[in-house]
Amino acid sequence: MVENVSKIFTMHYSRTLKQMAVSVAKGLPLSETFKAVDDVSFTVEQGESIGLMGLNGSGKSTLLKIINGVMRPDGGRVLTRGRIAGLIAKGAGFHPQLTGRENLYLNAAILGMNEAETNAKFDEIVDFASIGKFLDIPVSHYSSGMYARLGFSVAVHVDADIFLADEVLAVGDRPFKKKCMEKMQEIRHQGTTIFYVSHAAASVRNMCDRVLVLESGRLTYDSKVVPGGSVQGGIHYLHYDDTTEEEHADEELGSEI
Amino acid sequence: MTEEPTSHPMRQERIQEGPGRVAPSARKARKARRLAAKKNNQMPVVAPVEGPAATRVVEGELQSPAPDSGLVGALQRPYLIRLIVRRELARMYSASILGLLWSYVQPAIRFGVYFVVFGYLLNMHKDVPDFAIHLFCGIVFVHYFSETFSGGTRSIWLNRRLVQKMAVPREVFPLSSMLVAMFHTLPQLLLLAFFSFISGWSIDPLGAASGLLGLLIIMAFSMAMALIFSAVNVYYRDFQNIVHTITQFMHFLVPMMYPAHRVMQHAEAHPVIYQLYMANPVADAVMLLQRFFWYPVAKQNASGKAQELSLLFPDHLLQRGLITLVACLGLLWFGQRLFRRLEKKFPERL
Repeated sequence: MVENVSKIFTMHYSRTLKQMAVSVAKGLPLSETFKAVDDVSFTVEQGESIGLMGLNGSGKSTLLKIINGVMRPDGGRVLTRGRIAGLIAKGAGFHPQLTGRENLYLNAAILGMNEAETNAKFDEIVDFASIGKFLDIPVSHYSSGMYARLGFSVAVHVDADIFLADEVLAVGDRPFKKKCMEKMQEIRHQGTTIFYVSHAAASVRNMCDRVLVLESGRLTYDSKVVPGGSVQGGIHYLHYDDTTEEEHADEELGSEI
Repeated sequence: MTEEPTSHPMRQERIQEGPGRVAPSARKARKARRLAAKKNNQMPVVAPVEGPAATRVVEGELQSPAPDSGLVGALQRPYLIRLIVRRELARMYSASILGLLWSYVQPAIRFGVYFVVFGYLLNMHKDVPDFAIHLFCGIVFVHYFSETFSGGTRSIWLNRRLVQKMAVPREVFPLSSMLVAMFHTLPQLLLLAFFSFISGWSIDPLGAASGLLGLLIIMAFSMAMALIFSAVNVYYRDFQNIVHTITQFMHFLVPMMYPAHRVMQHAEAHPVIYQLYMANPVADAVMLLQRFFWYPVAKQNASGKAQELSLLFPDHLLQRGLITLVACLGLLWFGQRLFRRLEKKFPERL
């Protein structure tokens, strides 16, 4: 579904005419380009759940934005089938002046639900987000946790064919994280394709049956393509299992005390 | 360079803190605490759901996830547009007492000022029969144009959070600005029809055709301008200010405070300027609307030579209108193409 995708960002150094003039006079470059995602190709079958891993700035979010359709690739192409929902980088696209309720309807509409569908699922979404009486105040007054909860709740209830989850759960508290992971396991079970971005090795190991590792924009490990590749292999590749071993040690330790 | 004195306090502390000095059990406990805290911050692990997984078959062709449908595609999602328009209205009137009335207060005040200044001080009441209707036709369209243009220009920037995160056809935002302006303009048009009716309005087929043509021209032109400027405004915010200037000028560039005849008088002396003035789609639309509402009324009430003259419109008003409409549709098409091109970089430039 993803073929030779590249995304080039242009960094503009000079914002105003004056700065531009100064830069030109000094012979400095006006802008510089860099590749956030560099020639990435992979194919995903419906129902697979993919763990996307990599260090900060390795292009994970950009890749998800391209899959989601917010960004268009500068090279190559992305083809998908079905409805895509999910959360990209720190929560959903909410309008700060609108109330939670209005944002809920708007987000659902953008994700392709009609009014009847939204009404039918409304209670379920609100229940899951456990926003309660804050539903009718503008989301700019929400705590970051509430913001993320509502966003996740809408995205997870739209019955999408592809679900993208990008570290959004980082702000949630532990019970909510657990609830989200359960819900994601549930939709995974229903045959939804999942893209899951996380730095938590154990969680990826449980959630995903395939791992993609990005390193400065390049796809360097694909557990399906690399011979003998596995999810654990991908985690090992990133040297994330140092922490995993510590965790095991800690589990043992915990039982000791 | 001899050894530091052993009595140095730092040195002593270091000796005391040394790993050998702490009891092994305390050290283990500290490590356990640290790891427990770390584990608490980790993502919780939930076991996969047991049982055979459902397979989901998704019908349909493989296609690009980016919404790629343009204005036409945006119009195919009426529910989304309705929500955005309603939201836009809610945003405009949040925390204001007069609320919706504000969109009528502003044109009303403008109308009052022009009515007094041009009507009485500059004697337009004497020269133009039913000057109020003449003026009101202009105000309605110019207001509609200004609102679409300035609202549309800012629309993408105001909705940047949505544009950055969700895959929406971005044309939705300028389009909904246009619809919001329409929502404000329709009651004004009804009011205009009401006052024309009181003053003895009669509808003739040519007038009706002119009115429709005028409406189409102003819609196409405003939409095209909103589309182009909304995209450009993402790159350079300077355009917001340019828009303001243009809308200010527009009040004087259409024949509403003065009859079209005043401009036509200068056609021979300054043919180029005259043609430029008449090529302005807003001016054209205003004249077509005046032909619909004002002309039948004014024709009955006109008396005296000056008033007879003011009834004159430029030759071939309808043909000019048709050409302008085609040009505006061309501009709309161009605007859509430009928007398409610029849109690719929206998420990173916002």
